[in-house]
Amino acid sequence: MSVDATHRAVEQAARESYGRLLAFLAARTRDVAAAEDALAEAFHAALEHWPRDGVPAQPEAWLLTAARRRLIDASRRAQVRRDALPALLVAADAAEEQLVPDLAFPDERLKLLFVCAHPAIARDVHTPLMLQTVLGLDAARIASAFLVKPATMGQRLSRAKAKIRDAGIAFELPLAGDLPARLGAVLEAIYAAYGSGWDDVAGADPRRRGLAIEAVALGRTLLQLLPAEPEARGLLALMLYCELRRAARRDESGTYVPLSRQDTMRWSRPLIAEADRLLQAAQRAGRLGRFQLEAAIQAVHARRAVSGVTDWEALALLYEGLVRLAPGIGALVGRAAAVAEARDAEHGWALLQAIPAEAVRDYQPYWALATHLLARLQRHGEADTARERAIGLCEDPAMRTFLRQQGRRPH
Amino acid sequence: MNYSILIYETAADFAVRNDPDPERREAYWSAWPPYAQALREAGVFAGGAGLEPPDTATTLRFRGDEQLVQDGPFADTKEQLGGFFIVDVPDLDAALAWAARVPRSPGRVCEVRPNLKPMG
Repeated sequence: MSVDATHRAVEQAARESYGRLLAFLAARTRDVAAAEDALAEAFHAALEHWPRDGVPAQPEAWLLTAARRRLIDASRRAQVRRDALPALLVAADAAEEQLVPDLAFPDERLKLLFVCAHPAIARDVHTPLMLQTVLGLDAARIASAFLVKPATMGQRLSRAKAKIRDAGIAFELPLAGDLPARLGAVLEAIYAAYGSGWDDVAGADPRRRGLAIEAVALGRTLLQLLPAEPEARGLLALMLYCELRRAARRDESGTYVPLSRQDTMRWSRPLIAEADRLLQAAQRAGRLGRFQLEAAIQAVHARRAVSGVTDWEALALLYEGLVRLAPGIGALVGRAAAVAEARDAEHGWALLQAIPAEAVRDYQPYWALATHLLARLQRHGEADTARERAIGLCEDPAMRTFLRQQGRRPH
Repeated sequence: MNYSILIYETAADFAVRNDPDPERREAYWSAWPPYAQALREAGVFAGGAGLEPPDTATTLRFRGDEQLVQDGPFADTKEQLGGFFIVDVPDLDAALAWAARVPRSPGRVCEVRPNLKPMG
């Protein structure tokens, strides 16, 4: 087999199996870093052996055996964690039992997700830890996506893994009583990788972290592992509702297009259908949650593809519900935007002004919406000031250009 | 804690500052005041300056007792320091978040460094 073909086989195995292999190894040793090292060495070994010996019939099993052997060797060499050894040997047996043809080793990724979002782990590491362990993203890419110094991100990840090992955080599913809170943390961590969808309503593009595809992949994994959980379904629906607008967010010249002016012909019909199906299935469970509500908000927007109009009354109601359930700054701004459309600019502005100034000092969507509402209220001087603020807080050059052009329009 | 956001600009950036086309010139100059204002309004602005282009620079070198005065900037790199902001923020993450809002232009680079604590 050619080297290229082997590389592709290794890459494919990495893409498809990294998280499952790592979860399996880490669940048995509770040492994520050691499992990562062993797995990395196993992939290295594959690059060496597979071109010579051919790609094994069961690449995953091969990688698992190689990684396990390395873990055992490392554990013997280090002798620092004697207690890891019995666990490893158990792992070896368990894996071999499981690795009969057509039967995969157990999928422990759900336990790994719960460990990544464990309350004992610093909140700002939940998402990076998931991206690294479940999807195998490298720390440098994660650091860039989250605007963190790569060395710092590396340290945070190492600290979190040391904590998992030293505190002996168990790779097990939360008890029923803990489940809602623990699941909430997992959902939030996945959504944090996506960015936020509601910013769109305020006329601002969600902050693009470049990890949308990875976040959707995590969402799909979670749903596959927790098929009966309506909030997991709601979260995936929410992300897909935002994804389906991706192509419409910029026009041909690369200029930013706000949601209200997007050409719905450029929205993805298959994604609308998939998101609708997911949300409807979630709602049939009869347990409403934050992510289903947010998905429902985006579903209303998506309906414009069929009806040609936006039901702002429905949006105002849904945002009201969201503000009660999860009163984040985005929800408050989104509600003001919806009320401004459903009733009038005055009511929207009143809601916007009620948000504490401290909370919006560097929150760009607030200023973008303030610009829009003040202009509608004919308060042009104040609108110009708000627009400058919105421009100054922009990260996205396309958005900055859009806001400038808005400012040049005759009032 | 104070951090410096050092903004390195390309030759094209420096050139467009005096572009004969008023619209292009304006596009450059109008980008900065809103950013500086946003820093002020957020209460994190602690100083800063825009710099004249590198060809206005004069470099002094000292070798032993000798001193050498040269025309031009110290480092002959493609991007040159075009200005800087000092922000007073709790940590590096916050400083990077502000650096990400610096008006962008092809080739423009931002370097973020913690300032030394004032001595004495």
